[in-house]
Amino acid sequence: MNHPVTTDFDRRDRDWYMDKLVQLVVFVSGISAIVFVIGIFIFITKEGMGFILDTMDPVEFFTSPYWEPSDEDAPEYGILALIAGTASVTGLALLVSIPFSLGAAVFIGEFSTGKTREFLKILIELLAAIPSVVWGFIGLTIMNPLIIDIFDVPVGLSVLNAGIILGLMTAPIMTSIAEDALKAVPDRYREAAEAMGATRWQVIFKVVFPAAKNGLLGAVLLGVGRGFGETMAVLLATGHSVNIPHSIFDPVRALTATIAAELGETAVGSDHYQALFTIGIFLFAITFIINLTADLVVRGVRNG
Amino acid sequence: MTTDSQALAIRTRDLNLWYGTFQALFDVDLKIKQGIITSLIGPSGCGKSTFLRSVNRINERLGYVRINGAIEVLGKNIYDEDVELVQVRKQIGMVFQRPNPLPISIRDNVLFGYNIHTQGRRPSYREQDDVVENALRQVLLWDEVKDKLKSKATELSLEEQQKLCIARLIPVKPGVLLMDEPCSALDPKGTEAVEELIWELRDNYTILIVTHNMAQARRTSEECIFMLMGKVIEHTATNTMFVTPAQQETADYIEGRYG
Repeated sequence: MNHPVTTDFDRRDRDWYMDKLVQLVVFVSGISAIVFVIGIFIFITKEGMGFILDTMDPVEFFTSPYWEPSDEDAPEYGILALIAGTASVTGLALLVSIPFSLGAAVFIGEFSTGKTREFLKILIELLAAIPSVVWGFIGLTIMNPLIIDIFDVPVGLSVLNAGIILGLMTAPIMTSIAEDALKAVPDRYREAAEAMGATRWQVIFKVVFPAAKNGLLGAVLLGVGRGFGETMAVLLATGHSVNIPHSIFDPVRALTATIAAELGETAVGSDHYQALFTIGIFLFAITFIINLTADLVVRGVRNG
Repeated sequence: MTTDSQALAIRTRDLNLWYGTFQALFDVDLKIKQGIITSLIGPSGCGKSTFLRSVNRINERLGYVRINGAIEVLGKNIYDEDVELVQVRKQIGMVFQRPNPLPISIRDNVLFGYNIHTQGRRPSYREQDDVVENALRQVLLWDEVKDKLKSKATELSLEEQQKLCIARLIPVKPGVLLMDEPCSALDPKGTEAVEELIWELRDNYTILIVTHNMAQARRTSEECIFMLMGKVIEHTATNTMFVTPAQQETADYIEGRYG
């Protein structure tokens, strides 16, 4: 043998240490997301816990429509009206965003090609990046007078206004996810259907939609989650008055907007402060459930 | 017109086909007889699948395919201006290399083609039941799936899936069946079953089958076409081709000197 043979098989060089270091960094970054979520949950629970244990009457909390935390003699902490506000706005938003985003996703995924498709995708991402305060601003300055004019109502800040704004806001993200779901449908299904003489629409309605239904449902659920959690736009566009709406022209107040508007004015540790944190826990739980469901539903599409 | 007494199912005239700038078919002139099984053989890339896929115009999905010349199916050029794609594909069914049942129930798979070709008339449930049973019986699948018609077609074995893919063409009553290596994804047992089925179907349909399995061409077809580099080299009775090929290229291919 004319080259020296080394036998230091246990040698650890620079590459070995580098590899270990990178492993550690990646592990810490990965685990940090979980740590932060749990940390946030613990924080809001701790802040709201005192209220839940001492002051709160759970029945009153969820069923009373009176939210009067700053009443000095008899403060009332009922979030029913706030839940109704959030639910009505989110519901209307879905009515707006589902047709829009489904239509857009079908157009981008199934009909457009090449440059048009790329351009539309960039545009959708751009729309998703518009700050929510800008949407709220549009609700306040453009939609408000428009609604007053068109429907001849005294106030334009209402379920209708916020629902449309929130619908337009959630449409891009729903479009994006729905388009992914359509793209995940193998092309051979479309080919099979087309080879049997199905038209474009028959292929979409009878083959692509059923095959993508989990992904599409997931898109809708994520839209719902987004709607529940949205704060700034609904704060500006709903009219922000505690009220169980009887028509889409009634102003309402959302759970999130209540926290945003009131937290800065409460004394840290007061009942009011803790009640707001309890709303936070409630929102956290709801969005967690919605997102988890969406995730499971989307995952189901890959396994099934 | 030919003096041949047997009617022609497919007649091509000077068929040339390009994928973008690549020419895949050169002056293909074929007369494929009605009511028999014709097989297409040749090495990979010789244009046999391309030819098959242009007979029900599914090739056009790609968007960059250009064709000149004519393909007449039962006397009508399917590339004429006034031809409706939907009607072409109804008349000319296609079975793909990889079984591709739709991700819906077995029953709905069989009814898919049938229901889209009823011109808005909604067939009764009874009628649909009959259609499903008939089609599945014809492909020898009925006994295996009759108790699970509502379950997903994609859960069947590959052999069953491929039979189902043939079954769903039957209710539409096509004149021609195109099969693109229908057994290449199946094991020998599945291959045998599907070949048997194809043989059973030959009385009612004109079948054009692409295969890279020469033994299969020999077993299942009455006439055989050998293609090479986008050109038709030889078209004759299968027995003749495998015993006394007329062209040197055919002989070399059959003997396995290339391909």
